[in-house]
Amino acid sequence: MATDPINQFQIHTLIPIEVGGVDFSFTNSALFMALTVAGASAFLILSSRGRGLVPTRWQSAAEMTYEFVAGTLRESAGSEGMKFFPFVFSLFIFILFANLLGMFPYFFTVTSHIIVTAAMSMAVILTVLFYGLWLHKLHFFKLFVPSGVPVVLLPFITMIEILSFISRPISLSIRLFANMLAGHITLKVFAGFVVMLSSFGFVGILGAILPLAAAVALTALEFLVAALQAYVFAILTCLYLNDALHPGH
Amino acid sequence: MSDRDGRPDQSSDAEDAELCKRLRELDKRIGERRIDLGEDERDDAPRSPGVAVALRLSADFVAGVVVGGALGWGFDKLFDTSPWGLVVLILLGFAAGLLNVMRTAGIVRPRTGGPDEGR
Repeated sequence: MATDPINQFQIHTLIPIEVGGVDFSFTNSALFMALTVAGASAFLILSSRGRGLVPTRWQSAAEMTYEFVAGTLRESAGSEGMKFFPFVFSLFIFILFANLLGMFPYFFTVTSHIIVTAAMSMAVILTVLFYGLWLHKLHFFKLFVPSGVPVVLLPFITMIEILSFISRPISLSIRLFANMLAGHITLKVFAGFVVMLSSFGFVGILGAILPLAAAVALTALEFLVAALQAYVFAILTCLYLNDALHPGH
Repeated sequence: MSDRDGRPDQSSDAEDAELCKRLRELDKRIGERRIDLGEDERDDAPRSPGVAVALRLSADFVAGVVVGGALGWGFDKLFDTSPWGLVVLILLGFAAGLLNVMRTAGIVRPRTGGPDEGR
């Protein structure tokens, strides 16, 4: 481990599996994805098991999560958007649990790999694209042609709108991945300073107080970012789904 | 629920009424307190906190330029028009990035209204 800040993102094979020359190995990344799903399922199933009219603390937490996501979705995509609730809720809870699991020392952060976040954002944007096309047929492309624009400008505006649409899955995946990656690297670097400085004797230990304080503050910030990124991903999914439902809006 | 059903109890109706009354009272008290605190009834509905908006901005802009650059580069590769595809599409990507940022920041309306007004 030592102080190499990149080491924590390395993928190791735990159980080598190979099917027809393709590597399907069970890696530490896969392990933590499984743990994330297991943790999220356990949280929701165990906390809602009591089914009390007056909720216990855990049930209240689960209900608040549900109502929070449902409210966000209803507010940004209308009540027709509620048919996508399972999708949005799964994304939200998966990202939230993956981010929070990554906050444990020595744990692997699934969402710090762009392939994972890119897969999720592609799922979102393909859902938007296919559902929009299925629902509105070719009217879906009105999304790219704003009304009330002079004819001379229309091709440019349309091009810009199309580019803006294509950039969505990219910004969606880059945002989550970059935030988690950068946060964990910063944390590791500051923690590394503490170790390095404190090996320089008494003055070094005094000097190490500063990066230690920074590391503590950064840990708190990382918890905030972990929850906020899950929220941002969920609300953007809602906004994009709204475009699929109401393209002319 | 089930344990109350199992118990032959004539006082359960009275109990329910009592509970209802207490719940209503509590509701009223909470409502009064909310107004005292200046909280709007609807205001605890989810709303983007400022930090969430801030976190969205940078990636929005960068993604626009990156997509423009990538498409321009690909266009040049396909049609051998280097460097014009890259030049034009990076500029358009820049514009798209700015549009993304302005939408996120709420300066531009999310979508310009089309013929069919949904929602």
